[in-house]
Order: sequence, then structure tokens, then C-alpha cells
Amino acid sequence: MKSVTVHLPALQVVVPLIGALLSALFRRGTTAWAFALVVSWLMPAISIALLLQVLDSGPISYHLGGWAPPWGIEYRVDLLSAFVLVLVSVIGAAIMPFARRSVAHEIEGDKQPWFYTMYLLCLTGLLGITITGDAFNVFVFLEISSLSTYVLIAMGRDRRALLAAYQYLILGTIGATFYIIGVGFLYLVTGSLNIVDIAERLGPAAAAAPRPVMAALAFVAVGISLKLALFPLHVWLPGAYAHAPSVATAFLAGTATKVAIYVLIRYFYSVFGVGVSFPSLPFVEVVLALSVAAMFIASIVAVFEPNAKRMLAYSSLAQVGYITLGIAIANTAGLTGGIVHLFNHALMKTALFLALGAVFYRIGSVKLADLAGIGRHMPVTMAAFVVGGLAIIGVPGTAGFISKWYLAVGAVDRGWWPLVFVILSSSLIAVVYIGRVVEVAWFREPSPVAAAAKDPPWSMLLPLLALVAATIYFGLDTGATAGVAQKIAAYLLGGLK
Amino acid sequence: MQVPAAIQRIAEHYNYIVTIFLMVGGLYIVIARGNMIKKLIGLALFQTSVYLLYLSPGKIIGGTAPILDPAFKVYSNPLPHVLILTAIVVGVATLALGLALVARIQEAYGTVEEDEIFEQEGNQ
Repeated sequence: MKSVTVHLPALQVVVPLIGALLSALFRRGTTAWAFALVVSWLMPAISIALLLQVLDSGPISYHLGGWAPPWGIEYRVDLLSAFVLVLVSVIGAAIMPFARRSVAHEIEGDKQPWFYTMYLLCLTGLLGITITGDAFNVFVFLEISSLSTYVLIAMGRDRRALLAAYQYLILGTIGATFYIIGVGFLYLVTGSLNIVDIAERLGPAAAAAPRPVMAALAFVAVGISLKLALFPLHVWLPGAYAHAPSVATAFLAGTATKVAIYVLIRYFYSVFGVGVSFPSLPFVEVVLALSVAAMFIASIVAVFEPNAKRMLAYSSLAQVGYITLGIAIANTAGLTGGIVHLFNHALMKTALFLALGAVFYRIGSVKLADLAGIGRHMPVTMAAFVVGGLAIIGVPGTAGFISKWYLAVGAVDRGWWPLVFVILSSSLIAVVYIGRVVEVAWFREPSPVAAAAKDPPWSMLLPLLALVAATIYFGLDTGATAGVAQKIAAYLLGGLK
Repeated sequence: MQVPAAIQRIAEHYNYIVTIFLMVGGLYIVIARGNMIKKLIGLALFQTSVYLLYLSPGKIIGGTAPILDPAFKVYSNPLPHVLILTAIVVGVATLALGLALVARIQEAYGTVEEDEIFEQEGNQ
């Protein structure tokens, strides 16, 4: 048994990678689904074991192929990466029971096994980015997850899905290439690709040659910001989320941008360190301004969006703004808020997209006009949507309140009082756009399509209800999320004081 | 004969000048062209410039391949080559997928010009 636990970090990536290849061999969608389900449910088992191990005995360093770092590739699991691994694997597993009927409904029979191949490949890439301790390896996994994401999006029914996938391919590749240029500069000044090793060598290197280090920081920050859809580098996201198959949208909304944010946190705080990244370039100011712009502009666009799925996509942009706001506040409470929101937003946005996926499964549309009165005919689904929406708004008792609370405390600690007002008022805009859907779904006369609908089967309802229950649970018991996030923030800010 | 300082500088940084030229040129094509195939060509050019950025500092003038032999003392750094081999594979995969998408877009819209596609979408 011991021999298996030692290799858990490698298994976290290798199992879904091989699973992806094998599920391509199946002919029928249902058998491929059953296989992918088993693989995706193994992932949280591994990641939770890793998190417990890290909480118990500190960071894990796994030497791939037995080559010692910094020469070999190291898989490094510290508290932050274990936390994100758990998030990604849990979301990936929670969606799978929902996937069978939804995928069978939206994707042609012979393409369904390929859908699960791409799903697992994307999961491999996202888990790999999080677990690896090698800067170039991050690029490789980033491209594995990105390429499979483009395919997932292009599998959407609408021909506009192809357009969205193409646009994302162009912008995503530019982002990844910017990242790799940044890593190239880091390699030139430090001679290393191991993230821990770079961090150690960067201090003297930055003192000797500040310009390439600054260029590296700028390239990495812009490249990753493209992947995490920081305003105004977000243009690919609404189209991609709106036209991808429902399952793919729910999965991407919960994981892909979150992992990119993880990389940003990793570079700002661990690689460059607070000492280099914040004084050398006006990062706090830039990220702060862009986050606030995202929170307002994207929210306002969401208010006027007639397609509910696209509306949630704009809402995601605004929520990414909250997370990056926490990164920019850069004190313990602010960073805790950012990291908790990373987790909480993944839960509630996945739940909301699953609810819309269930609606699409029944009525074949997510336009607001078609949703009229659907609450009376799909009561469980739309009730779940309302709870998820309340969490997005940040109502006390839901997970969304916890993260916004920490962000506000962080802003006050810094003496940035106006930010508290900003956080509150952008939440009010969320009341408007979530309220629009609720009003249409519950208080209008049913449209002809909505009148024929009923709640989806239990296999689709259970994942949705589980995620909604989790947003309530983590709104009341914050030990597992905010408690761990606080430890992570303290660990990341260790170098500051 | 004394070589002028400016020429010396250019000669020393020749690889980097080419790299920056390809990088900016590729990115410009991606932004400025409306034809989806041309955009992909620009993207490939942009990625190629990064290969050069990595490979140039790895070469040491007079260095041999890194083979352990007492006869040789100066080696070129093999690591950038290995990295770029991976990056080339990634680049090929991206280009292949991009072209496949463009082929599907051509089937669905009957054109690969972005402005004509947006026009079709606007009319719906």
C-alpha cells in the first residue's frame, strides 16, 4: 500500500491521461461515459489524499523518473496546489453523472466517446498545471488542456461554436506563447526551470539584471491573464461559454479559469515573490483597476444579455474580477478572500451552468424569452438556480458571502475604504441580472415550450443539488475553505514581512 | 580594420533581432488579417520566433554536442533543444487543430473571411 501512496502525485496526472486514450477506443457513448465516470471519480480520491498528506506533513516533492530537481521534473504539492487539485477534481467528478444524458442529447452518437476523451484530456492538463513544479511543464499541460478545450467548445451544436473555438484558439495560443516567452527570459537569467529553484535564484538575478526579469514578469502576467480572462483580455470567453455543449461549459467555468488564476498566484507570490513582483512594476494598481472594471462592466453587460448562458459567462468575468481583486489587495484577509472565492465561485457557477444545462435538455433553448414561467414546470431545477444565484450575489448564509466578506475585510485592513463600497455596489448589479432570470422563470405566464417541460431525471438533478447544497454548506461552515485559504495566504505572504 | 560599434552590436544580437522581427511580424498578421488561414500562418510565425529565442542562447560558439569525452571541453546546452522539440510538437498540434476548425468553418459558412462571417451572423 505504501508504494502506491508514494506515487499519488504521478497517478493524479497519469490515470486521466491513460483514461483519455482508452475512452477513445469505445464505440458507444454510454460505455465511454461509464469508463470516464470511474476515472474522474478516482481523481478526488487521490487529490483529497494528497491534501490530507500536505496538511499533515508539509509539501510533497515527487521526482519524476527518479531524477532529482532542479535537473529532473518535480511534481510539487504544497497547500495551494493541493487545494486547487481538490477543487478541479471534485468539479470534474461532480459533473460526470450529469454528463450522460446531456451529452447524449447534444452530441451525435459516434462523437460521444471523443467528447469523453477530450474531457479527460482537459482534466489531465488542468491537474498537471496545478501539480507540476516545472515552469516549462506548466506550458505543456497548459497546451494539453487548451487544445482539448478548443475541441470541446467546437463540439457545440451551433455553427457559432466553431467560430468561438477558433477565436479562443488564436487568443489562447497567444496567451500560452506569451507565457513561454516569459519563462524563456526567466531561464536566461536564472538557468533553471524548476519553480522553487527559479524563486531562489531570482533575487540575486533581479538585482544584477532587472530588465529581463521585469520583461519576464510582464510576459507571464499578460499571457496568463489572457487564459484567466482578466478584463479586457476576456473577448474569447462569452462566445466560448455560450456555444460549447452544456457539460463542457459547466466544466470549463468551474475549472479552467480557476487553474489559470492559480498559475498567476503562483508566479506573483511564489516565483517572483512579493519582493520582486510588486515594487518593480505597478501591478497592484493595474490589477486593481482591471478587476474593478471587470466587476462593473461585465456585470452591466450581463444585465442586458438576452441569452441566459451568455449572461452567466459575463457574470463569470465579473467574478474573476473579485478573485484578482483579492490577489491585488495582497494582505492576508484579501488573499484569503481571493482564494476562497476561487473555490466558492467554481461551486456556484458550475451549479448554475448545470441548471441551465438541465433546462436546455428539456426545452432546447436558454434564451430568456423561452424561459418564461419555467419555474412552475421545472421547480427543482429553477429552485437550485435561485440558490446558486443568491450565492453569486453574496447573500449571507451562502458561500458567496464568505468570500466577499474576506475581500471587504482585506480592503479595510489596507485602508482602501472605497473598495468596500465597490464590492457592495457590484453585488447589487448581480441582484439585477440574477433577478431578471428569476423574475422571468417564476413570475411570468409559461411560454409554450416551457409549459411542456418537466424536471430532468435524477441523474441530472443530483449533481446539481449536491453542488447547490455545497454552496450553502460552505456558507455556514467555513473551516474547510476559509480555514485552509487563510493558511495558504499566510504561507504565500510569508516572504512579505 | 576596426569594425564600427553599431555594426558590432547588430552582429552580436543578430539572432535576437530576427527573433523580435518574427515575433512582432507574426503577431501583426494575427491582428491585422481577416483571413482565418493567414491568421494561423501569423500565429505559427509568432510561435516559431519563440523557438529561436530559446535556441540562440543555448549555442556556444566552438562548443560541441554534449557528449562526455575527454577530448572536448566546451559543450552547447542541450536543454533548450529538448524544450523546443516539445514546443514544436505543441505548435504543430495547434496549427493542425486550427486548420481543421477553419475547414469546418468553411463548410458551415462558405467562407473563411472574418468580416463576411460576422456579416452572416449579423443578419440572423
